[in-house]
Amino acid sequence: MGNLKVNIGGGLVLNNPVMTASGTFGYGEEFADIIDLNRLGAIIVKGTTLNHREGNPYPRMAETPSGMLNAVGLQNKGVDYFINNIYPRIKDYQCKIIVNVSGASIDDYVAVCEKLMPLERVDGIEVNISCPNVKQGGMAFGTTCEGAASVTAAVRKAYSKPMIIKLSPNVTDIASIAKAVESEGADAVSLTNTFLGMAIDVEKQAPILSTITGGLSGPCIRPIAVRMVWQVAKAVNIPVIGLGGIMNGRDALEFMLAGANAIEVGTANFINPAVTVEIVDYMTDYCKRHGIEDINDIVGKI
Amino acid sequence: MTKKHLMDFKVAEVDNFGNGYTLLKLSPIGKDMPLIEGGQFVNIQVDKSKNTFLRRPISVNFVDYDKQLLWLLVKDAGEGTHAICNAEEGDELNILLPLGRGFSLPNDKNDSLLLIGGGVGTAPMLYWGKILKDNGYSPRFLLGGRKDTDILELEAFRQVGEVFISTEDASAGEKGFVTMHSVLKGKIDKIYCCGPAPMMKAVAKIATEKGCECEVSLENKMACGLGACLCCVEDSKKGNVCVCSEGPVFNIKELKWEI
Repeated sequence: MGNLKVNIGGGLVLNNPVMTASGTFGYGEEFADIIDLNRLGAIIVKGTTLNHREGNPYPRMAETPSGMLNAVGLQNKGVDYFINNIYPRIKDYQCKIIVNVSGASIDDYVAVCEKLMPLERVDGIEVNISCPNVKQGGMAFGTTCEGAASVTAAVRKAYSKPMIIKLSPNVTDIASIAKAVESEGADAVSLTNTFLGMAIDVEKQAPILSTITGGLSGPCIRPIAVRMVWQVAKAVNIPVIGLGGIMNGRDALEFMLAGANAIEVGTANFINPAVTVEIVDYMTDYCKRHGIEDINDIVGKI
Repeated sequence: MTKKHLMDFKVAEVDNFGNGYTLLKLSPIGKDMPLIEGGQFVNIQVDKSKNTFLRRPISVNFVDYDKQLLWLLVKDAGEGTHAICNAEEGDELNILLPLGRGFSLPNDKNDSLLLIGGGVGTAPMLYWGKILKDNGYSPRFLLGGRKDTDILELEAFRQVGEVFISTEDASAGEKGFVTMHSVLKGKIDKIYCCGPAPMMKAVAKIATEKGCECEVSLENKMACGLGACLCCVEDSKKGNVCVCSEGPVFNIKELKWEI
């Protein structure tokens, strides 16, 4: 059987390359009746902020061709609630646990990371500098090299365990942003977050989302995300985590061939809640069919 | 909490009621019918519509455990539900179920109950009424629609309890909205309601004025159905809560409706 173990930077080794994209998988518990969570490479839990956030008003979702827009706006109960109420419930998962972190200011990011640092079973963090649905912070940091670098440098000082920076695709040159965070000590980059989009109800002559614009995800963005992963993988020397419209095992391998060391599955969890473990099975079968001894051998083959 | 399953079902029977309503009777493939509570719903993958990306949430109309049939009453309200309505006998559907928090039992066996459904919102009331009856309660139904062709499954409802009808054009029962029906003037201890939002809000107002308990079933637009994506939220006294996992049924006291 081909080896599926992958190293995603900072010494973090996953049993397989399949992770769940933040905000699409809750804390894993929501899917525990359907799949064996221990079979995943890692669970990346819901975006966590310093304080409780109510998120944006309903409606927050619009179905679009081969995808969807969301404008959830980082609804979560805050890092203290996570530590006291959720962490004790999920800390015994066998798979790796990564917490996605967001903030409205650099101090917020640092404060959340300092609180997460002592948690033994949080194996790493994914720093979200790319949320398109919040007024402050989020994507504002991720769309300039300086902003991305400043968040990365500050969090790096506060957090010594594996740190992934999640990049925004809403930029002219994503590879330069990736290089900027690499030079400030990021252990890995993940890309892409959602693309800023918009949908209008023509009968009501009104926007569908309460926030007017939202983040586009699903297979409609996949070819753009694959291209960005390919560009970033050529530009940096740290591991790259690919995501954006992965619906099945074939799509996952497309990202790995483009240069991703691991992948995240997001919107597909809504269509097929068992898709993540199906992708793991597909990878095993793919290695067998192609006589691949180590899945890492195909990373960046293109 | 009921255990969730991702299962394939075979379409065993299709009853087209006209007027855009279709009753599908589905039998589970390779597994037994899971335990389903009254007011819960299912999330159906739609394969036969190229513009439908997400699953479609449909409330459970009835569960026939003897015949192992899941009944879904579906209103054709767009491309996704159109494709589900056009399912043919023998087709297979992938379904995530059962989902959400259903209705809760009344406090007292002698409570005077009224289950109000408007349009396709009558669907969950049949199964919930049957559960109430099986538990020794006496459900009564108030079914509403624009016209008589909106009043569906009447015989099935009558086997479970007394049925009152409202239609806007007086083609069946009393004329007007369900909220104008004379049965609402009598003693009621608890109302269960599912239908269009304006109807539910009007019913909630009546329940509040009468001082009776009232549970409503919401249908906010959903994606995952599991409480993961946080898209279908309703503004409640606890803040934004997922209709798919903390609902779809809420006691009106939990909500922030202006009534």
